[in-house]
Amino acid sequence: MKTTFLMMLFALLWAGSPVKEGYEIGDTAADFKLKNVDGKMVSLADFKDAKGFIVVFDCNTCPYSKAYNERIIALNKKYASLGFPVIAINPNDPTQSRGDSFDEMVKVAKKKGYDFPYLVDESQSVAKSFGATNTPHAFVLTKELKVAYIGAIDDSARKPQEATKHYVEDAVNALLTGKPVTTTKVKAIGCGIKWKNA
Amino acid sequence: MRPLILFFLLCSSSVFSQSVESVKLVDLQKIIQATGDRILVINFWATWCAPCIKEIPYFEKLNAEDKNAEVVLVSMDYDLDPNTDKVNRFVTRKKIKSRVLVLNESDPNSWIDKIDKRWSGALPATLVVNSKTGKRELTQGELGEGELEKLIAKVKNQ
Repeated sequence: MKTTFLMMLFALLWAGSPVKEGYEIGDTAADFKLKNVDGKMVSLADFKDAKGFIVVFDCNTCPYSKAYNERIIALNKKYASLGFPVIAINPNDPTQSRGDSFDEMVKVAKKKGYDFPYLVDESQSVAKSFGATNTPHAFVLTKELKVAYIGAIDDSARKPQEATKHYVEDAVNALLTGKPVTTTKVKAIGCGIKWKNA
Repeated sequence: MRPLILFFLLCSSSVFSQSVESVKLVDLQKIIQATGDRILVINFWATWCAPCIKEIPYFEKLNAEDKNAEVVLVSMDYDLDPNTDKVNRFVTRKKIKSRVLVLNESDPNSWIDKIDKRWSGALPATLVVNSKTGKRELTQGELGEGELEKLIAKVKNQ
């Protein structure tokens, strides 16, 4: 009887606590369906042969996105063929950041020769469910969409050659070799996602 | 000849007086933790961050009008550009009167949580601290009209 009461109390307390937005390590991400720069809708389920994913919330305008642009392109070049494609998602509200409109995304993808999806998260619901805050903000997922890494791509935004820790590569390499990911969460300075005004 | 040199020296020193302070994390932590009788308002910004620049007038207004508030604008420019010239020029051009610091630290992952665990590292972010009670509020993203006042009211409440 006592335990039932305690359990009920816990349930009440649990229900009363605010719902935390965003995934933690080990959570299973929900798949999504978003429009790509080629106009087609893309879901993670479309990648039948993928062993996992490098999901990067990114945009056209942020200086950090620009600083990491070549590194994101290089991640896909290195890992797509190994089964870990890059999926870039732009969540920014284009009314607040005109350079992040869908048309501008199409231009950037073309100019930079993106060979990975660059999706628009118009409702911002995917960024919210992931708990993305910055651009760029990387999430490494397993084949089963379990979240294995959240955070920065490496530890040197300024100069790629000065990076001593390559967090995303290390996480993907660990998953590819069946080892545990050692560094799972890394914070970085970056541009806040331009959320729509409530 | 000599007055000319003096003139140049004066010019350079007046330019120098505009320059921002370069600080380490420990210096910033001392400012945040100092006890007293004021409301500390720390805004994390950067010269490249458009929403940060848009909200600076709110902090300038508070700095000018509220003697009880201590406003500190902490530039995060160092991470992308360790040269503080850009910050100096910005502060001079915009005639910023609030105290401006540049946080001179690498590897943000090692110190973001030491400023506030809730902070993702995204800019802009604003930390408001009641230096008497230690009560603090962190907001991430651009402040709208009246939001800064609401944050201050929150940390003033017991």
